[in-house]
Amino acid sequence: MSLLAHLPVLVVIVPLMAAPLCVLVDRAQPVWLLALGAALLSFLCAIGLLLQVPEGGAISYHLGGWEPPWGIEYRIDRLAALMLLIVSAMATLVMLFARRSVEREIPAERVVLFYAAFLLAFAGLLGIVATGDAFNVFVFLEISSLASYALISMGRDRRALNAAFQYLIMGTIGATFILIGIGLLYMMTGTLNMQDLAARLPEMADTRTVRAGFAFLSVGISLKLALFPLHLWLPNAYAYAPSIVSAFLAATATKVALYIMLRFMLDIFGADFALKQMPFDTILLVLGILGILSASLVAIYQTNVKRMLAYSSIAQIGYMVLGIGLATTLGITASVLHLFNHALMKGTLFLALGALAYRLGSVNLRDFAGLGWRMPWTMGAIVVGGLSLIGVPPTVGFISKWYLVLAALERGWWPVALVILVGSLMALIYVWRLVEVAYLRAPAEGAVVPREAPLSMLVPIWLLAGANIYFGVATDLSVGSAREIAQLLMGGGG
Amino acid sequence: MFDFWPALPLFLAAILAAVLKGGLRAAVMLGAPLLGAFGLYQLEPGTTVTVALFDLTLTPVRVDKLSLLFGYLFHLAAFIGVLFALHVKDRLHDVAALAYAGSAVGAVFAGDLLTLFVYWELLALTSAVLVFVRRTERALASGMRYLVMQVGSGVLLLVGALIYASANGGDLAFEFIGLDAPGGWLIFLAFGIKSAFPLLHGWLVDAYPESTPTGTVFLSAFTTKVAIYALARGFPGTELLIYIGAVMTCFPIFYAVIENDLRRVLAYSLINQLGFMVVGIGIGTELALNGAVAHAFNDVIFKGLLMMSMGAVLHVTGEIRGSELGGLYKKMPKTAILCMVGAASISAFPLFSGFVSKSMVVVAAIDEGYSFVWMALLFASAGVFHHAGIKIPFFAFFAHDSRFVATAHEPPSNMLIAMTIAAVLCIGIGIFPGFLYSLLPYDTGYSPYDYTHVLTQLQLLAFSALAFAWLKLAGIYPPELKSVNLDSDWFYRRLVPDAVQALLAKLRPIDRELRRGGLALIDWGLRALASHHGRYSILAESRPTGSMVLWVAVLLGISLVAYYL
Repeated sequence: MSLLAHLPVLVVIVPLMAAPLCVLVDRAQPVWLLALGAALLSFLCAIGLLLQVPEGGAISYHLGGWEPPWGIEYRIDRLAALMLLIVSAMATLVMLFARRSVEREIPAERVVLFYAAFLLAFAGLLGIVATGDAFNVFVFLEISSLASYALISMGRDRRALNAAFQYLIMGTIGATFILIGIGLLYMMTGTLNMQDLAARLPEMADTRTVRAGFAFLSVGISLKLALFPLHLWLPNAYAYAPSIVSAFLAATATKVALYIMLRFMLDIFGADFALKQMPFDTILLVLGILGILSASLVAIYQTNVKRMLAYSSIAQIGYMVLGIGLATTLGITASVLHLFNHALMKGTLFLALGALAYRLGSVNLRDFAGLGWRMPWTMGAIVVGGLSLIGVPPTVGFISKWYLVLAALERGWWPVALVILVGSLMALIYVWRLVEVAYLRAPAEGAVVPREAPLSMLVPIWLLAGANIYFGVATDLSVGSAREIAQLLMGGGG
Repeated sequence: MFDFWPALPLFLAAILAAVLKGGLRAAVMLGAPLLGAFGLYQLEPGTTVTVALFDLTLTPVRVDKLSLLFGYLFHLAAFIGVLFALHVKDRLHDVAALAYAGSAVGAVFAGDLLTLFVYWELLALTSAVLVFVRRTERALASGMRYLVMQVGSGVLLLVGALIYASANGGDLAFEFIGLDAPGGWLIFLAFGIKSAFPLLHGWLVDAYPESTPTGTVFLSAFTTKVAIYALARGFPGTELLIYIGAVMTCFPIFYAVIENDLRRVLAYSLINQLGFMVVGIGIGTELALNGAVAHAFNDVIFKGLLMMSMGAVLHVTGEIRGSELGGLYKKMPKTAILCMVGAASISAFPLFSGFVSKSMVVVAAIDEGYSFVWMALLFASAGVFHHAGIKIPFFAFFAHDSRFVATAHEPPSNMLIAMTIAAVLCIGIGIFPGFLYSLLPYDTGYSPYDYTHVLTQLQLLAFSALAFAWLKLAGIYPPELKSVNLDSDWFYRRLVPDAVQALLAKLRPIDRELRRGGLALIDWGLRALASHHGRYSILAESRPTGSMVLWVAVLLGISLVAYYL
């Protein structure tokens, strides 16, 4: 077998193996390079996989040569390939950005551990996506979650410890629920392979066990996804985590949770079961709408900008599940699109905030006064990300909101379309607060006069900001993939 | 290169005028119209340039005899205008003037309605700038009203064109349209606004006299003539136009007689002259169309000459009201003579240019049996002589000696040269009409100098002069008063605003209550929202882990119930 055939496992193994290597090397600078190299290698693997995935099909990789359903199968279809691309691209950009930010925010003696934990979280997220085995999902979920708890706890703010602890409890509950759900499914079918599960579940769909499993899985995944009202762990975790952790988790962790939802609910249980027989779509629709309105409104009142963006993320998750809740191919397309696009915009915003934190030491709105003129490039990226968040063409935010509105109107549910527009309006308000303070308010007397962020930070920030605009104009990759994925998911089974 | 864009030299000069300085700038500005005219000379009638834009086929350039004639005319007018304005040190003025002329040239060569629309709006914008460059409060207000009307005309044109094209399977070609075509009325109205149809003419007499002494010369040349061209292209032979034109020839006379601002008198007289052209287009025979087009050609020159002479007076004295002027012939004899050449032309004296073109329209009217229209035209001809032929030179240069006589002097030589060129053209065309006739779209073999025409016209002029002299001597002639005369613009400058004000005064208390109630409601709503979503409120505060778990339990319960049912 050539190396190329091993890509599905390589993409996960590289960062997973790099993590212990970090601890062995044990020196800050080489470790950073190692982490960056691992992320980059994964990214290249992900690109290779995306190119290899056949139209409408999947790459199946048998771990250790054991045939599924007995052995563990890695299965890369279009959705998984897209997710791998997003996660590994974000990890690469974050690592590019990380060196100076980590130096500033993480105590020197923990830097090595930090990178190791980061690589573990990264590998976990990739594993969740790559695997075709339900139990494997749980294992990787735990790997990435445990690493994330550690990462969040390393925040400079002492509240980070409390936030990480809460996240630990909630995350564990969520994972337990998922495990219970998988266990119930295993009880009924005797298999853990996703393909196999999907094939066997329909004949026993009416049993209470399967339905209980569905309930546990949906709640557990919703908790991981931070779906309103299970989002309470998220704002503090994002707000007090180190800058690059916020950026990485905001851009990837919730996206992977959404991936798990798509995979389990639509692929394993089948779109027909989840959205037609079960009222899952109604629950998602209601919670999505509530999440959009409530979280956007809370975001408007926040003064800690990271916390504001965290609430904005909860609102954006609302958009994504709303798309699934519409239960149409177009709705799923919009959902997958928003998943991709939201990673770009939140990545931009949190990284730019990281640069601000690097120069200012604070992300409080009050300290933003006059920043538009002092750090024009960083603030410029925030404006681009903000416009994208609002959904102004030609940014990516416009594309996904457009498809969402289309999907809502296709169902004839214009109040839902109205909610989406109101949500955009509220995004306009909280983004404008930033812009107003940064550009129109003079800095306070005696405030620190920050310089523009270093180039090593500006480059990844603007790569992402550029992507926000590039994919807002050239929509072939994102819309094309999203449409194909949605057709595949709605086509039943898979 | 001119095949692609005949207006190129003028637009190029407009850009260069913005950056160049001194003598080079003057040379470029003067050279552009000459170069453009030379370019036209090389164009073959029948040439078209087509461009594919998306799935539309546009024809930015279409050359035939009609467009060529107007093309020459506009280059000539631009040259005279630039020469007349050469002493002006105002870049904005020059840029706007050249771009304005360029837009007019572009418009007459436009082969489709979309291209026409683009130039139509360019004309509106650039000409509005020419009003604004007076830089007075009045000019600003007047220019804004002007711009609204002009842009409105463009919007009508665009909507009409879209309706027209969609009914014709996407064909935007600008050929005969007619009132019966879908969207035809809208396009007709758009052209009508720019041709100053009665009741749609307010912008013209409102804005033109408010421009600078030089700006008005440009203004009087282009916009209305483009509209006449568009009417001649799109609506020849539309009978309605005959009556509209007849009204246009007559009603401005009364206003012109009582108006005090001499440039406003000329603006009214411009509408009167446009009336002759509109009648000619309405009659639609070859002779009538020839007459309309030839009269447009002559009107640009002699109206330009009159506007220039009044501009010179305004430039020298800073005053243009008839009641304040007079006796200036003593200090400005050359201007006075040139002005009288223009006056004789507009009054259609034999051997002057107006005679050779206006008589064609009048003859066409009688030929086609429109006797009443013919009489209206005769009345209007007498009236023209009255207000433009006698009143303008009389009050400006003769009448009583004004306080300006002491300080007045001849205008700068560039003004005099520009006026002289126009005057020579007036007389030249009057004596040798064959040159102009050869440029006309049709060959009708018409000759203006026969007994009937000359005698009729001379009688008309003699009695009109007699009437003026008698009225003046008997003291019945309306004296030049410093007054404001109400015209159709009163409706939108006074009536509508007053009515709206009155209505608002009634509605204001209700509105206030509604607003107060609404604000209270919003206030209450915001408070309620803030109490739930504010920084330290229920939804935003950091919650203990227990409450999170409670939510998980609640949701699991709901899900189980929902899935089991």
